[in-house]
Amino acid sequence: MASKPRTLYEKIWDAHVVERRDDDTCLIYIDRHLVHEVTSPQAFEALRLAGRTVRRPDLTLAVPDHNLPTTARRDAAGLPIPIADLESAQQLAALTRNAPEFGIRLIGDADAEQGIVHVVGPEQGFSLPGATIVCGDSHTACHGGLGALAFGIGTSEVEHVLATQTLLLKQSKAMEVRVEGELGPGVSAKDVVLHITGVLRASGGTGYVIEYTGSAIRDLSVEGRLTISNMAIEHGARAGLIAPDEVTFAYVKGRPYAPKGAEWDAAVTWWRTLATDPGASYDKVVVIDAADIAPSVTWGTSPEDVLPITGFVPAPESFADPSKQDAARKSLAYMGLMAGQKLTDIEVQNVFIGSCTNSRIEDLRAAAAVLKGRTKAANVRWAIAVPGSGLVKRQAEAEGLDQIFLAAGFEWREPGCSACLAMNPDKVPAGERCASTSNRNFVGRQGPGARTHLLSPAMAAAAAVTGRLADVRELS
Amino acid sequence: MEPLREVAGRAIPFGAKNVDTDVIIPAHWLKTITRDGLGQGAFETLRADPDNLFDSANFKGAPILIAGDNFGCGSSREHAAWALLDLGITAVIAPSFSDIFSSNAFKNGILTVVLPQSAIDRLMEVAQTDPVHIDLGSQTVTTPFQDRFEFEIDAFRKACLLEGLDEVGLTLSRDSAISAYENRSRGQTPWLATGELVS
Ligand code: SF4
Repeated sequence: MASKPRTLYEKIWDAHVVERRDDDTCLIYIDRHLVHEVTSPQAFEALRLAGRTVRRPDLTLAVPDHNLPTTARRDAAGLPIPIADLESAQQLAALTRNAPEFGIRLIGDADAEQGIVHVVGPEQGFSLPGATIVCGDSHTACHGGLGALAFGIGTSEVEHVLATQTLLLKQSKAMEVRVEGELGPGVSAKDVVLHITGVLRASGGTGYVIEYTGSAIRDLSVEGRLTISNMAIEHGARAGLIAPDEVTFAYVKGRPYAPKGAEWDAAVTWWRTLATDPGASYDKVVVIDAADIAPSVTWGTSPEDVLPITGFVPAPESFADPSKQDAARKSLAYMGLMAGQKLTDIEVQNVFIGSCTNSRIEDLRAAAAVLKGRTKAANVRWAIAVPGSGLVKRQAEAEGLDQIFLAAGFEWREPGCSACLAMNPDKVPAGERCASTSNRNFVGRQGPGARTHLLSPAMAAAAAVTGRLADVRELS
Repeated sequence: MEPLREVAGRAIPFGAKNVDTDVIIPAHWLKTITRDGLGQGAFETLRADPDNLFDSANFKGAPILIAGDNFGCGSSREHAAWALLDLGITAVIAPSFSDIFSSNAFKNGILTVVLPQSAIDRLMEVAQTDPVHIDLGSQTVTTPFQDRFEFEIDAFRKACLLEGLDEVGLTLSRDSAISAYENRSRGQTPWLATGELVS
């Protein structure tokens, strides 16, 4: 059958169309729905008020992450330690109540599998290549690293998916971002995605689903690919995708929810057909030379404000766009920086290694490799390492990484979103700087007045030991 | 959702431009777990002033809000729509709305009426003393003084609002198509069709 060549995105889309409407809107089937405590309470409330049920509780998985403190959750007697913030406690309690009421599996706050939704999904094999995956969280695109069509939704849509297991959607345009070549020393997946965000700008991907291709992407591990896709939203794209390949299959195989036996073979056969056909066309193509990517950091309050660590804080006048000049001026004021300052002269008081972007085992290993035999600088007041899940934590401890972090002066925490957003007790004080492996450097994201510099785990470790933004290549 | 055929009553002559969702409902209200009660936080900063419009004798509980350009811009929080509803507002008239706000409003049964600035100016004047009437069927806004302004609305949204159909209800009526998809999927991609633990 000679059909029109299609992209990976089109193939997943086509396979999930329940119905096509006259105006090109499609009713799309959702294979996997991840639920956390922040965006779900009102969705469950609406179901309850309307007397509706959850259509496919078996395709739904609930796990608390945003509000959970990352300090101990059980006391010596094994009893839950109450959460001081009443509203956080209330959101968490609502999830604990709603999940069983609607027949949904809940991974509890003290379960070994608990973690950040976007770490838990792939780790459990709940997120699979070729699947449609949603969650009421804008970094759901993360799962696209497995070759799944994954995107964030709002509370009304959470309700819609719970009740119908579908969403009404219009197909987006397709963009290819091709990164060719070999990554240089000290350059990680995080540097790649920061660099892409700098090239595309924060809105360059608006209206698109982006497929990341090219040898530099293919050479990444699945964990690195998850890091890339995680930040698709930071350059405006609703979803990011990386074609599933042998590396992906090896990662998925044997995970708790992954198919087994004959179904595994059938799944792999189908996954192999998903790659973009030769001759398929994208609405836009952006090509990046891997050799141009250096270990990178952000200097401003938008993830597009990216520079190689060897750079200098830019002057607002250096931007052609007047609105960007204005934004840069505001960013510099908020960040307490001056044009022309050398990035490696910027002192940091806090270091955060964690978040759904960079809290998997390879991230912790990369940071620990830099920290080994070193300690944090005296001016670094607070350094925390927060594993993305209980299983990552356990693995890291088995490898002795926790001891390296502790010896370097880091705190070793329980899994959760932590200092990625100021919703739980892990906050950066006003006016202080944080070298952070998270994904957003927005005003107030890590706490009112907090100044965030986004970077990779190895670069965060380098910042911790030098007390300033530092080039990790000079530390090895 | 309740069918919405008309909205009649006092209209709050607010008129401000670029009202962002943080003004409609400040961020610290986002940690709630119900939609109810958000009316208390609606326009909280403005209502800190005891002489504010929203709590004045004439406009307390008014079902219509008149605003300026780009109403509902900023963060996509759906709480903005819930807060307005909880305040008793079921229709907002403005020269333009942010996309995400009008979509959130629609999903929650709030009518957003787009009218040119000249019409807004006239309605702001009338609203000071008299009620305003919005008829969705005929797509008109009228006043006791023979003013009559026609507005456009997406046919699908209009039908949903008139019949009180929410999107979830509409999709649920497509149950047979969804079931057919699920059966197909069970045959073709069985590992996606269930999410049980596989041992
Ligand atoms: S780690 Fe940060 S970005 Fe990721 S889900 Fe949690 S809050 Fe969102």
